[in-house]
This record gives sequence, C-alpha cells and structure tokens, in this order.
Amino acid sequence: MTLTAPAVIDERIKPTGLIQTLLRRPEVGAAVAALAIFIFFSVSTQAFLTPAGVATWLYSASLFGIMAVAVALLMIGGEFDLSAGAMVGTTGLIVGIITTEWGVNIWLALVIALAIALAIGAANAFVVMKTGLPSFIVTLATFFILQGVNLAVTKIITGTVSIQGMSAVPGFDAVKVFFGSSFSLFGMDMKISIVWWLAITALATWILLRTRSGNWIFAVGGQVTSSRQVGVPVMKVKMGLFMTTAGAGWLVGMLQLFDVSTVQATTGIGQEFIYIICAVVGGCLLTGGYGSAIGAALGALIYGMTLQGIVFAQWDNNWLKAFLGGMLLLAVLVNLYVRRQAGVRS
Amino acid sequence: MTHAEASAVPPILEVRDIGKTYGSILALQGVSASVGVGEVLCVLGDNGAGKSTFIKILSGAHVHTQGKLLAYGVERTFGSPREALDLGIATVYQDLAVVPLMPVWRNFFLGSEVTRGFGPFSQLDVKGMRRITKEELARMGIDLRDVDQPIGTLSGGERQSVAIARAVYFGAKVVILDEPTSALGVKQAGAVLKYIAQARDRGLGVVFITHNPHHAYPVGDRFLLLKRGTSLGDFKKSEITIEEMTKLMAGAAELDALAHELARP
Repeated sequence: MTLTAPAVIDERIKPTGLIQTLLRRPEVGAAVAALAIFIFFSVSTQAFLTPAGVATWLYSASLFGIMAVAVALLMIGGEFDLSAGAMVGTTGLIVGIITTEWGVNIWLALVIALAIALAIGAANAFVVMKTGLPSFIVTLATFFILQGVNLAVTKIITGTVSIQGMSAVPGFDAVKVFFGSSFSLFGMDMKISIVWWLAITALATWILLRTRSGNWIFAVGGQVTSSRQVGVPVMKVKMGLFMTTAGAGWLVGMLQLFDVSTVQATTGIGQEFIYIICAVVGGCLLTGGYGSAIGAALGALIYGMTLQGIVFAQWDNNWLKAFLGGMLLLAVLVNLYVRRQAGVRS
Repeated sequence: MTHAEASAVPPILEVRDIGKTYGSILALQGVSASVGVGEVLCVLGDNGAGKSTFIKILSGAHVHTQGKLLAYGVERTFGSPREALDLGIATVYQDLAVVPLMPVWRNFFLGSEVTRGFGPFSQLDVKGMRRITKEELARMGIDLRDVDQPIGTLSGGERQSVAIARAVYFGAKVVILDEPTSALGVKQAGAVLKYIAQARDRGLGVVFITHNPHHAYPVGDRFLLLKRGTSLGDFKKSEITIEEMTKLMAGAAELDALAHELARP
C-alpha cells in the first residue's frame, strides 16, 4: 500500500535566510568576537603579531582550551564541574610527589594520577546521578575538598607548598616530549599543548556531531526524561562526561608540570569559572542541550589573546577580569537572541 | 479490510476482563476491548475514568492484577515497556519524548541511531537519517522544508505526528496515543486526526485515548467507554451515535440534572 499525501505548505513559515542558518550555529558569535579581538590587539600593540607573541597567546589559550572543550561537552550534557580547576593541581601534585618523594616510576605515576582523576570524576557523576542534587553543589564540594587536600597533603609530605626537583626524576625528558616539548612552525616556537588543544577540539567536535554518543550528550542535556523514554543510557553518558572532564584536568596538569618542571599546591584554583566562561562565550547554554566544542575552543582563544594582549599593551592586568565579565554578559545576551531567532519554543 | 477478514486473524492486542488494583484502590476492573490490523480503538472517559491505568497496562508500564492481556492471541504479562515495544506495541505519551533543541532528524532517530563503520570509528549516517526522516514524514502527510530545524520550532500537531511516524518506522504494529489532541486547537487537532487515519490506512492498529467524543467519533472503528474505573461497553461505530456516547460518558441523568440547573428560570 503506498500512500503519499499532498504536501501542505504553511503560509506562516518564512523561508530561512543564510544569516538565520548561520546564527543557528552556536560558535558564530565567538568567532566574530575572536576576530575582532585579534584585529584590535594586532593593530594596537607591537608584540601581538610577532612570532614570539603569537606563540605566547596560543600557548595560554591551549591550556584553557583543552579544559573549556571538556567542560563544554559536560555543559551540553546538562552538568557543571567546578572541581575541574583543582583537578589540574591534584594530578600534577600526585605525579610530582610520588616521583620526587617516593621514587615511583614516572610512567607509572602518570597512570596512577589518571586513574585517580577518573575515579574522582566517576564519583562526582555517581553522587549527582544517584541523589539528583545539582552538579553545581556536588562539584563545589569536590572543589573545596581537592583544594584543601592539595595544600594539606603537599605540606605534610614535602614540607613546602610546591614540588621541587621534578626535572631530576629519571625519565622526565622522555615524558617531556609528549607534554612539555616545543617545535618550530613558521619561525614560531610552538608548545606541544597547542597540538593537544587542536586535536581534542577536533575529536570533541566529531564526537558531538557525528557519533551516537554525541547525539546522546545533546539529548541528556536537552531533555533528560525524553532521553530515558527512548532508551538513551543517561547514567553512562553523564558518567562518561564527568570522567572526560577529570581526564582533561589530568592532561592539563601534566602539560603544566612537564612544561615548567614544578607545580604549586594552589595550581588550578580559581580557573574553574574561566573554563565555564569560555564554554558559554563559545555558545553553550547554561541549561544544557546546546553548544559546541569549536565554540569553547574559540572562547579560550579569546581569553588567551586578551590575557596576553593586555600585557603587550602594558595595561593594568586587572582589566582582564572586567573584560571577562563583560564578555560573559555579552555572550549570554547573544545566546538568548540566537535562541529566539532560531524560534525555539520551549 | 472487511470485518470478516479481520475476525479470521486474532487481534493485535486484546484485553479480557482486565483490572488493576493499587493496594486497596480499584483503579480499573472488568474491561474488555480489542484492536486489530487497520483498526482504531478509541478509549473515552472523563478525568479519573481509568484511561491512564488502561494505557499503562497496554504499554507495559504497569502489570494488570485481573483478567487477561493477549497480543496476537497469546496471553502476555508485560514486565516493562521494553517488552511491549519488542512486540510492536508503541506508546506516544503526551510529552512526546522529544528534545526541543535538537533537529527533527536527530529526534526521529534518538536512541536508535543508524551508524556506519566499526567499533570506535563508527559514525552517524547523517545523510541516510535525514533522508529517511523526510520520507517517513512525507508518508504521514507532513512536508518539512528542513529536517535540520529544532523540533521545538514545529507546531504541537506536527510534533505529535513526528512522534507517531517515529513509532511506525521503528516497527510499531499498534500505536497507543495518550490524549494527542487534548492540548491542541481545532485545526491542529484535525491534522492529528488525519495522521491517525493515515496510520490506520497503512495497516496499523491505533489505540486513541481521548476525552473528546467529537475527536473520537470521526476516526474510530470501535469505542471503549470508561467511567469510574469500569467499562460502560465496547461499541462498534454502527452501534452508537455521538450523542449517545456523550451522554454515556457524562452519565445521562447527570447531564439532564445539569441542563435543568443551568436553564433560565
């Protein structure tokens, strides 16, 4: 039996223009802002466009970018992780302490730190999912616990608040190839973390837009009950997201540790909100279900360029925070406008 | 399909004297009805008549405590909605189980995505899923300009029909519709009724739950009337008029009393 009903054309629907189609992409706002900031600092400072300048702001964008992308995935999945910043410090300290103080093999130390990070991420997810408490509160608790433990345990074991003698650990140079090395590109001295950043952004974008897991991330963040009804494994998806964020914390922890050969017990504290701001500036909705990995990477690029641009322009560093707040507010307003343009009825 | 043909094969879904108690509360008792291939069974009743209990038994969300439930003539007890679904019994709930911000095609395939490739490299067959979504919706009589638009931008009636089309595409033999027209305006409700007729013509059984006789009568083949947890009867269309149905639902005596009360002195 074949049945084709005549097509009904609704006279109330306007044809979609190119601009509206573009506005549907979450990262467009961040791309425009990034371009504007790039032009501004290129014109107004001498150092910004020099090879050394570019390498500097790309490096600082990369460290924030890796975390911002992971946090963006988590936010699209409808959750927050405030312990993401402290995790960077925790993993760096674990590797630093067990290699310098206890002589543990450096490769093994990497694996142990990763395992602990993933376990903490899984614990975050478990508590959030089992209790139904907002992840904001649960991970705020984890953040404070990690912050306290980082300082207290480091002091007990090393007697100071930072790790010394990291570069003397056997195998340090071998690991540094992966996390702390540099290479030359167009006369610029690029840090390896930039490669990690680009690779992770590409991978996250592919997962989000082209895999089943990506579909599920959008779904659990957008409407969790509907997702359950159609058979999306909600628990698994959220567990994976929290563990990914923790894993990204480990990666950034390693990138910092092997770049500067030391780690402070306060590393990462206060950065958790910057990751979230980068993700929101990149188009992520705070309520979940919408956003992009490229957007978050662009958000981090904006942050990196501004952070270094303000230094190059020899302005007072404190302007950075004010700028960040302004960007955040602007981004939220743009998001709101975009959602209305897309005509989404909630 | 004539009734002689229909009676030769067992109905897709049948209940005999079915009932459900929650503790000491009798939610439903002694209800019998059936739905066959290409048939629309309308379940009518006022609020609290037992419609939702009935739907929950059929969809496998609750287990009945009395009577028998038969699928294709075989007695069954559904332990979960999944079991019902595996037998081709799909339920479209009022909230439709869609994610408003996601594109239509992603919603259509959510939870049952089509992928290509192996293991960690398998990726979504985006082109294929877009095409199938467009085709399946066209078969329901909906021509979407763009299956990439967020499903939240569709009207209530269109969203309803996407949910129906999805159930049909994923192998439903019976679609249970939980008050699909209740929140809609006249025109939109009319569109949903057309989709129900489309589904019927494609050989599906439809269980259409509603409290509106004017929605049920034009599209229904059989009418199950519920009141206060019991059945007032299972009627064929030839056996009942819309006026009789309305009176039975509300209770003729109560309606007369109401008319008397509201009459001008």
